[in-house]
Amino acid sequence: MDYFLGLFLGGLTRGSIYALIALGYTMVYGIIELINFAHGEIYMIGAFTALIVISVLTLMGMNTIAILVIAGVIAVVYSSAYGYTLEKIAYKPLRAAPRLSALISAIGMSLFLQNYVLLAQTSDFLPFPNLVPDFEFMEPYAHIIGSAEIVILITTAIVMILLTILIKFTNIGKAMRAASQDKTMALLVGINVNRVISFTFVVGSATAAIGGVLIASHIGMINFYIGFIAGIKAFVAAVLGGIGSIPGAVLGGFVLGWTESFATGYISSDYEDVFAFLFLVLILIFRPQGILGRSDKHKA
Amino acid sequence: MITFGQIKKAVLVSIWFMFLTFPIMVIRVNPVEHIVEWRWKNMLLVGVGSFILSFVWHYFIRRKELGAQKAELGEWAEAIPLAQRIRSKKTLYKPALVAAGIFALAFPFIFSLYQTNIMASALIYVMLGLGLNIVVGLAGLLDLGYVAFYAVGAYAYALLNYHFGLSFWMVLPIGAALGATFGILLGFPVLRLRGDYLAIVTLGFGEIIRIILENWNEFSFGPSGIANIPRPSLFGIDLSVHNATIYIYYIMIGLCLLTIFVVNRLQDSRIGRAWIALREDETACQAMGIDKTKTKLTAFALGAMWAGMSGVVFAAKTTFVNPASFTIWESIIILCIVVLGGMGSILGVIAGALVLILMPEYLRALSEFRMLAFGILLVVMMVFRPGGLIPNVRRTYKFEGVANDEKS
Amino acid sequence: MKNYLGKACIAVIVLVCSMFMVSGVGLATDTIKLGVAGAHSGDLASYGIPSVKAAELVVKDINARGGILGRQVVLLVEDDVCKPEVATNTATKLLSQGVDVVMGHICSGATKTALGIYKAENIICMSPSATNPPLTQSGDYPNFYRTIASDDAQARLEVDYALNVLKAKKIAVLHDKGDYGKGLAEFAKGFLEKDPRSTVVLYEGVTPGAVDYSAVVQKISRSEADAVIFGGYHPEASKIIMQMRKKRMDTAFISDDGVKDDTFIKVAGKYAEGVYATGPRDTSKNPLAIAATEAHKKAYGSDPGAFFLNAYAATQALLNAIEKAGSTDYQKVSQALKTEYVETPLGRIKFDDRGDAIGIGFSIYQVRDGVYVEVK
Repeated sequence: MDYFLGLFLGGLTRGSIYALIALGYTMVYGIIELINFAHGEIYMIGAFTALIVISVLTLMGMNTIAILVIAGVIAVVYSSAYGYTLEKIAYKPLRAAPRLSALISAIGMSLFLQNYVLLAQTSDFLPFPNLVPDFEFMEPYAHIIGSAEIVILITTAIVMILLTILIKFTNIGKAMRAASQDKTMALLVGINVNRVISFTFVVGSATAAIGGVLIASHIGMINFYIGFIAGIKAFVAAVLGGIGSIPGAVLGGFVLGWTESFATGYISSDYEDVFAFLFLVLILIFRPQGILGRSDKHKA
Repeated sequence: MITFGQIKKAVLVSIWFMFLTFPIMVIRVNPVEHIVEWRWKNMLLVGVGSFILSFVWHYFIRRKELGAQKAELGEWAEAIPLAQRIRSKKTLYKPALVAAGIFALAFPFIFSLYQTNIMASALIYVMLGLGLNIVVGLAGLLDLGYVAFYAVGAYAYALLNYHFGLSFWMVLPIGAALGATFGILLGFPVLRLRGDYLAIVTLGFGEIIRIILENWNEFSFGPSGIANIPRPSLFGIDLSVHNATIYIYYIMIGLCLLTIFVVNRLQDSRIGRAWIALREDETACQAMGIDKTKTKLTAFALGAMWAGMSGVVFAAKTTFVNPASFTIWESIIILCIVVLGGMGSILGVIAGALVLILMPEYLRALSEFRMLAFGILLVVMMVFRPGGLIPNVRRTYKFEGVANDEKS
Repeated sequence: MKNYLGKACIAVIVLVCSMFMVSGVGLATDTIKLGVAGAHSGDLASYGIPSVKAAELVVKDINARGGILGRQVVLLVEDDVCKPEVATNTATKLLSQGVDVVMGHICSGATKTALGIYKAENIICMSPSATNPPLTQSGDYPNFYRTIASDDAQARLEVDYALNVLKAKKIAVLHDKGDYGKGLAEFAKGFLEKDPRSTVVLYEGVTPGAVDYSAVVQKISRSEADAVIFGGYHPEASKIIMQMRKKRMDTAFISDDGVKDDTFIKVAGKYAEGVYATGPRDTSKNPLAIAATEAHKKAYGSDPGAFFLNAYAATQALLNAIEKAGSTDYQKVSQALKTEYVETPLGRIKFDDRGDAIGIGFSIYQVRDGVYVEVK
């Protein structure tokens, strides 16, 4: 039972990270139907920024909790700024172009950001300090789940709730939903669609940055390449849940995390990714629009 | 020319970028020894650089917008690309083709072995690009797992040669057939999927093939790969490395010509028109009585066939295969070739392959900035030429009237 | 049009190839061209760049003393990103530039690809880091030498240590699915299965670059293994060891020279304590090794990276053999490599008939107080 629980919680933790990144994919996709391939890089930049801030603050001798909060906030701010700039440079000029052109532009941006960090920082792996102390009350359960994992799960839940409130009940959330349904109509009723798109990128990047900081602190190391694989996996999660659907992205993340965890635990990690992809294919065969996706007949 | 407003904008841009790049460009940390290095010089560099680039960027964006406006007003004078104009004029087209042909034939004798070798690599990608062009460019099915068929071809030659001693020329058609078979295998489960769902499933398919090759040691020898694959022989004579490279180069020229010929004919055939109809509107296409299943499957099969063939050549050229050569990046590069060259345009795909494959080789001088430059190029190309290097021009059919018919 | 072109093609090929077969390729120059090939960019760059620095240092030293046979040594540095398909470009580029001997390639796959090309042109190639056993044991590559122990030798050492010293009964063997890591793990598994004293309770590959390894760690925990033998590089090793220790597992962790790298200790920090890794015999007391490390610090301002001393030794061995042979002739240099001993930072070495170095030992290291210490 401990074993099952360990795998379940491990999958849930991994799934939370996927979900946090997948949210950015799915929100952007919902509005401009673009696979933001560089989204994984935003997550990586979030983690790097946090590492830099932490190192500087540690030298200045601040206490751990203050460092954690400041680093988190700065990482979120910078990731959002990168997301915003990315959209302005690489995607906005391509609004009217074929969708694949925008995809290639995104791939170019992904390569650029990876190498930018590689050149400006380092190609080596850097240790990322463990920000979450080991809680004492967790000690009897340490062999199943660590304190860092608990923090990841709680943070993810909070982010999800905040995001739901943002989208369901605020004006900008309403505008986002309107723009994703029909951009022209949204324009006609007086919504500044360009601003809504920018805002979407900012929010998506912020959640990715939170994911980046959490996982870097849990794993304890980062380098310039961590965004690529995480980004692909999160993309799979977003599609699995139904791309464009926010609860779908979360569910997709969890389902993918569990699939990988149980496949490793009960079968073999040799074929971990094979099982994840086969599961995806199976679900898509029976529900071509993803688990919670809208069935949209006229969209090609 | 430069107004105050533009300067203000550029200053804002440069301040924004200085802020944006501050932590990553200026600060470098060593978390182990707790050393923080401040590189203020970089900040200045970013500031000045983005100030200048902002002007250049906005100038070109304005030009692009101006062009778009002109096009809307109906001023089409400059809109037809150069390559298309050459093509339409017989007097220019033929000499250009002959010159290109002579250059291609003489290439190995003008340039060194190294140049011939990388050119042969580039030609393999021309073939891959043309194959993917059928799936993505013509049929509009976004395939991110194309490299799987390439791997199938390469392993087909490696394994058939290892176990049964089959020669290159025998495996070449087998590789093509296997590629096509796998194309159909992939095609079946994804028939119902559209757009990005299709993209992610094909991506998964590509990864599955690679992971199987990595893990199934008894079948594929795992990650250590298969070495000592023979190069193609000429009428049973084994060639030295130098001559074999030249030979492979000519084989590739021949195969590329074959590909161009076939794809060209396919494009104008009944099935080619069906692909284009499918790309433009699936529902309307079905309403016109086109069999969607058959059309999609043929696109996958005929696209994958070329990948299978180029895989065989790849294995013969490198003499070694392992799964590391068939990662998702390879699929992405091939997709970039197609889109950057110009979707659906044969000439464009050739140009795209030559640029994308040869450029990293010639950029060796830039060493560590190589991939950075590559990324920037992709973005800039797409922003300013979203249709690709040599965009496809749809064939237009004009009804000239009955009077013409009577005259001729 | 196209048919004609096709026929013309074939005609020209036949003509040209027959011409080429007659003429040989020969280049005589007044410098000795030493090729240095390996991953100098991309994700494995940190394994390739130290070899370039090693070659630069040796060559600078030798040229300052007047070169070899009165000829200056020139370095031709080419990147292969550790990819087989790029390695053919690298190898042909070196050949086009008239290279005499090659020090490199770094990864086994790329080395195998390039060797085929060098073999045909009678170029000797010596790798500081390609550990795949068939490179020397298959007999396919008579032109290949290396200054590192092969995977099976390392695996043997790891298994012996786990069985004889640690007395482990249940052993989990993990790898990173790469050609280096999996190759090594296969040998370790093979040796363990032949030995009645232990059982392999788990044999798995982890996905490199995965977000975390908690499921695999759970699995190790359930298998109740006494020791883990891991084949692969340090990033995965540190991720696994950190998650194991955080889950309060004190299983012994034994790995290879891809992990015997100071970056591993820096990244894993306190969790690295107690980890075993195999590596070249302790060279810290060898005066040549000390001198080489000092020279690196002086020239580049940092500690040398992975495989630096192996590359240093390889460069010295190659150039020494050319000097002893009196020319860059393939036969004579091969002979010299196999007969003449040379003093290197790794010790006094020569090469056996298969191309493996004689005189380089491997030992087990353990992380103690943040440094690798040789275990006697």
